[in-house]
Amino acid sequence: MNEHSPIEQTPRERADSEMSRRSMILDVVVRSEFHVLLVVSVYLLFAGHNQPGGGFVGGLVAASACALRMATAGPAELRRSVRVRPMVLLGGGLVVASVAALAALWDGGQLLQTRYLTFDLPVIGPASMSTAFFFDLGVYLLVLGSMLAVLEVFGEPEAGP
Amino acid sequence: MLLTVLVYVLVALAVALLGRSLGSRVFWIAAIGPLWTVGYCVWAASALGSGPRTESWNWVSALGLTIEFRLDWFSLLLLALVGSIGTLVFVYSVHYFPPDRDIRRTAAVLTLFAGAMAGLVTSDNLLLLFTFWELTSITSFLLIGSNDESSSARSAATQALLVTGAGGLAMLGGFVLLGQAAGTYSMSSILSSPPSGVVVDVALVLVLIGALTKSAQVPFHAWLPAAMAAPTPISAYLHSATMVKAGVYLVARFAPAFAVDGPWRWIVLGAGSASVLLGGYRALRQNDLKLLLAYSTIGQLGLLMVLFGAGLPELALAGCVVLVAHAAFKASLFMVVGIIDHQTHTRDIRRLVGLARRWPALFWASLLAAASMAGLPPLLGFVGKEEAFDGLLQPDVPAHLVLLAAVVLGSVFTVAYSARFLWGAFGDDVDRTGDAAVVEGSDVPRPLPSFVAAPALLALVGLVLGIIPGVMSGLVADSLAALGFDELAVHLSLWHGLNTALGLSILVIAAGAGLFVMRRRVERVQAAVSRGPSATSVYDALVKGLVDVAGRVTSVVQSGSLPVYLMVLIVTLVLVPGIPLVLAGSLGRSVEWIDSPMQPVIGVIMVASACAAALVRRRFAAVLLLGTVGYGMAALFIVQGAPDLALTQIMVETLGVVAFVLVLRHLPEGFAPTISRPRRVGPAVAGVAVGLFVFWFALAASSVTGTPTPSADVVDGPVPTRDSGERLADRSLAEEFLARSLPDAHGRNVVNVIIVDFRAFDTLGEITVLLIAALGVLALIRIDRREESEGVPLAAESIDTEDARR
Repeated sequence: MNEHSPIEQTPRERADSEMSRRSMILDVVVRSEFHVLLVVSVYLLFAGHNQPGGGFVGGLVAASACALRMATAGPAELRRSVRVRPMVLLGGGLVVASVAALAALWDGGQLLQTRYLTFDLPVIGPASMSTAFFFDLGVYLLVLGSMLAVLEVFGEPEAGP
Repeated sequence: MLLTVLVYVLVALAVALLGRSLGSRVFWIAAIGPLWTVGYCVWAASALGSGPRTESWNWVSALGLTIEFRLDWFSLLLLALVGSIGTLVFVYSVHYFPPDRDIRRTAAVLTLFAGAMAGLVTSDNLLLLFTFWELTSITSFLLIGSNDESSSARSAATQALLVTGAGGLAMLGGFVLLGQAAGTYSMSSILSSPPSGVVVDVALVLVLIGALTKSAQVPFHAWLPAAMAAPTPISAYLHSATMVKAGVYLVARFAPAFAVDGPWRWIVLGAGSASVLLGGYRALRQNDLKLLLAYSTIGQLGLLMVLFGAGLPELALAGCVVLVAHAAFKASLFMVVGIIDHQTHTRDIRRLVGLARRWPALFWASLLAAASMAGLPPLLGFVGKEEAFDGLLQPDVPAHLVLLAAVVLGSVFTVAYSARFLWGAFGDDVDRTGDAAVVEGSDVPRPLPSFVAAPALLALVGLVLGIIPGVMSGLVADSLAALGFDELAVHLSLWHGLNTALGLSILVIAAGAGLFVMRRRVERVQAAVSRGPSATSVYDALVKGLVDVAGRVTSVVQSGSLPVYLMVLIVTLVLVPGIPLVLAGSLGRSVEWIDSPMQPVIGVIMVASACAAALVRRRFAAVLLLGTVGYGMAALFIVQGAPDLALTQIMVETLGVVAFVLVLRHLPEGFAPTISRPRRVGPAVAGVAVGLFVFWFALAASSVTGTPTPSADVVDGPVPTRDSGERLADRSLAEEFLARSLPDAHGRNVVNVIIVDFRAFDTLGEITVLLIAALGVLALIRIDRREESEGVPLAAESIDTEDARR
């Protein structure tokens, strides 16, 4: 809240900012790893149907990337680098999953029925995927959102007495 | 018909997303929805000649849920009301609402409401109807509470939601009983061959509770006057013309099939005639024009309940006419009140003077509408009332003289309060009782002609249909046939000759005029007659009692001690599944204790960490040791060849430790010293017990997999039926999933396929729970922060005291 006015900082906020000043190297490393971890999480999401992974693990990996970022640079920095609010991820995830669940009704299928799609991508060539991916995407977003909500709540400097 | 509903959803989205810069003009976009409905009605009217139109889509066929729509003439009548009055209300709203921040929300929710209403009157499946029914309750809640800064509006919205929501739940119970008794949830099939029996009687009473609450009938009427806290266009649309008619619609549908036997008639006719009397009586002494109309609506809906609820064709005929007439004149009068309120900022009849001279067009429109309400010729209200008297004079109506007396008396009240409305809103002669400033007509701005257009148009409709009611004969006859009555020759006309009904009408008008002339005395009498407990006070007492009981239960159940909560959870976990597990006896097969040399190594590390975690004195060390146990578990998963589980376990463990550490920052470094040894015995026993239980449970569970399971285990749960041909019954679930994962779901990762495909319904439920839990965490912490600023002790401190107590 009062991040930029040193006089009004609470002791814990001061501790937070000191911590980030002390761990410069860690901060730089994490900053470079942050996006790599996010890419890994997306890879897990895509790979999940045939190899270890999936939306749940993917979301957790993305959340752990965020947790690392917060541990080194503090919640304010996390909020700067992840602009989407947890609330939006939570709601958006449920919407994506619900739409994916309802999608098969469109052409006479059943709730949650999945289709297997094959198509040609430009450059990459023939590809195929199950529509369950979109459901998994919803799981991914929701898991990430819920973990971010928890991190935000517990990581807030003014959360405690 | 699904398309008609979806158009509303799309329009609502467009309003919410695009309407930012439009201000009040956003209602022009919103009007597309009802206008589409009007167009659809015109088109469907030409196509309905060959019988009702039906539409059907699969929804959740495993649960018997289908989206079934059915449009017959009666549905069309109501759909046309929803569309046409909706269009006028939306156009009117352009002028009514100030262009503030909330207007897009109001417009979007109002559009969604209209969509729900359109779905309600066209759905054929009882559960679908219930869904739309609840949507109208929820949108009504949001619309009544539009002005969310006013506490009276908020409590009115809550009251409406609680009353109609409770009624809706009763109705759902009734629908389920009815659907199970009939073997189908299709309304048209149930009504064409109605089931009977005690269960059906109970079901009908429950359905009636839903209908009576929705239509604000005695004794559930109190929410409707309170709901007048809503902006006036919303009152005009929801609380007079459409939503409150949903109960009437349901009664009209069910009455031909169910009215003859059982408790149906007595409930509907009793509540209806009581509402006729109470609504009229209360309307007589209101000084707020809007409240006058609200009580009048209760009375008019009571009349509709009587007419439709008896399940007789002559009365239902009158019901159809009154339905149309009421929608026209009441929406018109509400809009008139809205205009007066908008221009003069008051609705108090003691403060309004000389508006008739200033606003002649509005006055003439109100005159027509009020005359239709009073049942004066040559307006549609008169035609409807004549038909109602005529029907009630038939000897085959149960207790017809009592009903007739109630309706006649109610009509006398109606004439009197219609006159009071006109006199109060437009008259020069004013009771200067209050010391509030009087609003002179000459002091206020004249409303724009396009503002007056909507109520004037509706009032004119009442006049035109009153003069030539014959144009409605065909529609009314078709509606009656759609309700299931035999062919009935319908000849609506203004002049029926000299008969008893006409005599009653003359009597009613004369008596009503007399009552109006003697209004001072009537008011004094009404004020003098002591009233019993009003419905509002009963509602207040009920809500207060509920909150008190909840508070007492909470104070017993929620002690606020985390160790106690944890003990309750653990003991339940050990005892409830544990006892049958032990009673089931030996395991199915011999246990292989060690699969790989890695396992004992990991196991020893885990056990050592777990024991250490219980013994260390510092919180941080305990958290890390617990993390070690978790990572050990992940290692075991890897050894067993379950990389997916291992990956998940590692991530959960990592994030768990992070979350713990974040919390630890707010707690003291070490655990508080233990006070006494006996206090540690209970938790220790519980811990050992839960460990043993999980051990035994894991053994039992793993011995089950691989052996054939009875078919009952397999078919429970929504495993999507697939066409690969093999029967499910003879294999265990694990084999089943393994065998089907690749050919059916095109996935090699069986775990993931189970999560997102085979058991996706479970996952959907789980992620919903996750969402609710996350919202709960956010909300709890927010409350905590608020309390912190108010100086209330924090949760973290109470945790410390718990530690100290142990």
